[in-house]
Amino acid sequence: MTRFFDKTELALLAGMPLLIAMLFVLPQWVLNYVQVSLGTGLVALGVMIQMRAGLVSFGQGLYFCVGGYSAGLAGRMFNISDIFLLVLIGVLVSLVISFTLGFLLRRYRDIFFAMLTLAVSMILFGILTSTEELGSTDGFNLPAPTYLGWLPEGEMARNALYIATVIPVLTIAMLLNRYLRSPVGFVNEAIRENELRVEYLGSSAHQSIHITYMMAAAVSSIGGVLWALSIGHVDPEMTNWTTSGHFVFISILSGTGNVIAPLLGTFFLEILRVFAVDLSPNTWQAILGTVMLLTIVFLPKGMWSLFARKKRQTRDGDDLPQNIAGE
Amino acid sequence: MTTVLETKNLEKTFGAVVAASDINITINEGEVLGVIGSNGAGKTTFVNMVTGHLTPTAGQILYRGRDITGKATRDITRMGICRSFQIPQLFPELPVIDNILIALTIAKHDKPVIFRPAIDRSLATEAHALLSRFAIDQYADQEIQTLPQGVRKLVDIAMATVAEPDLLFLDEPTSGVSADEKMDFMRNLLAALKSTKTAVLFIEHDMEIVEAFSPRCVAFYEGTILADGPTRNVLQNDKVREFVIGSELHRGSANDSALEGVN
Repeated sequence: MTRFFDKTELALLAGMPLLIAMLFVLPQWVLNYVQVSLGTGLVALGVMIQMRAGLVSFGQGLYFCVGGYSAGLAGRMFNISDIFLLVLIGVLVSLVISFTLGFLLRRYRDIFFAMLTLAVSMILFGILTSTEELGSTDGFNLPAPTYLGWLPEGEMARNALYIATVIPVLTIAMLLNRYLRSPVGFVNEAIRENELRVEYLGSSAHQSIHITYMMAAAVSSIGGVLWALSIGHVDPEMTNWTTSGHFVFISILSGTGNVIAPLLGTFFLEILRVFAVDLSPNTWQAILGTVMLLTIVFLPKGMWSLFARKKRQTRDGDDLPQNIAGE
Repeated sequence: MTTVLETKNLEKTFGAVVAASDINITINEGEVLGVIGSNGAGKTTFVNMVTGHLTPTAGQILYRGRDITGKATRDITRMGICRSFQIPQLFPELPVIDNILIALTIAKHDKPVIFRPAIDRSLATEAHALLSRFAIDQYADQEIQTLPQGVRKLVDIAMATVAEPDLLFLDEPTSGVSADEKMDFMRNLLAALKSTKTAVLFIEHDMEIVEAFSPRCVAFYEGTILADGPTRNVLQNDKVREFVIGSELHRGSANDSALEGVN
């Protein structure tokens, strides 16, 4: 019988109290990076689940931005500050957009998919930068979040938001892990390898890709809401191509072998950037580029391949096939 | 005998090129049918039309009396018509067992299922049982791209059978298999399918194989059916000898014992 939780899910479950306990151990600046990394890590997860189907989204910033702006506008226009409602609004808006766009995007693969996602995200960028009511290039600030009517202040507010980020992010990572192990997740792997055969086995590649695209959009929008609340600000840069490229960078750097990989990869990249800027303020991008180059050359399956077991699990049903469900 | 498939005046054109014309074929339950014809005769076009990969320009395809003309490939597969390919269509970077598990997973879920694990112990057992039936369980953990062509062919065919189809098309199942192994290959293959009551249509260039394993044969020539009937009659048909087989009609080692193995 399949265990209810696999090893990845157990690790994520164990990670929740561990990360929360870090509140009492790590300095505030590191906690800030952890919190921001978890938010953007969700978007990288969105990119990663699409990569498992062989699709590279160069426009995932779209949903990151949609989440952030939805939360911000809900606050500005309707005085909504409840974090749960803001997340819900972000998800609903992104689902509506991704459901609509999905009918177009699911027909394209490879570079065409990448460019189309990029194009759509840049359309939003153009709209936001030229709309004064939405703050144009400056964006606008978000109100402090409340929690079912409770408005914490000072350090309590920081800690509450940190916890409110850790729990949903790790829970979503668990759900995505389950999604990758599900029949649709398997079909995605198969689509990447041979779409014709998938159709001849009786499954719709378009449908699977559409579902995955919407799933990635929803997850990315939650990342956008949490990130925007932690920063307290949204601006059009969230959907700029550089931001979307950053998420692709993380996914390649961390690998697609496991849902934990993008979360770790995001944090690693944030810290790397801090040290790179500190080391070489004018050419820090060159350091990141070098790391990327070395990763592609020596770890083509990303940093997660360092953790992955080389030997395949026995296939008695207790463990998933390594190649189609990650390690 | 129950008719599984009936095509009526099936036609496919690509611009001015007529790939298939006036194709009328009836296939009955459990029947083994060989299809012969030179390259470009319309054999694979016929299979592509029936399986939904190509939409016929004209004509009708009836599956158990139901019109399936122009339906999507996946819907036709779900109804019970499956196929293997001349060039195996597999998931090359995945091991054999993963290929089978994907096929089984898709076969068992006709609606998208998310958040529920696709694989459990029983599915894994089922996958190994299928590989054993085709005598390729020893390759379970090997990646497809590392396997010889004959094994790939068997994996391709095994994947086509996971949904327990009523009708199975095998597109040149022995191509890429060495001449010495062809007979055994087909014998094992049809023996593996025998218990499933599946009607099998196989496209083949080797007349020995056709004569040995298919009681009925259809000969294609330039997109039309030249002859359809008992295999020996078709192979002795003058037009078939002239246009399809040429002067090299192989008889050699074809024997009744091989045929008995199927029937």
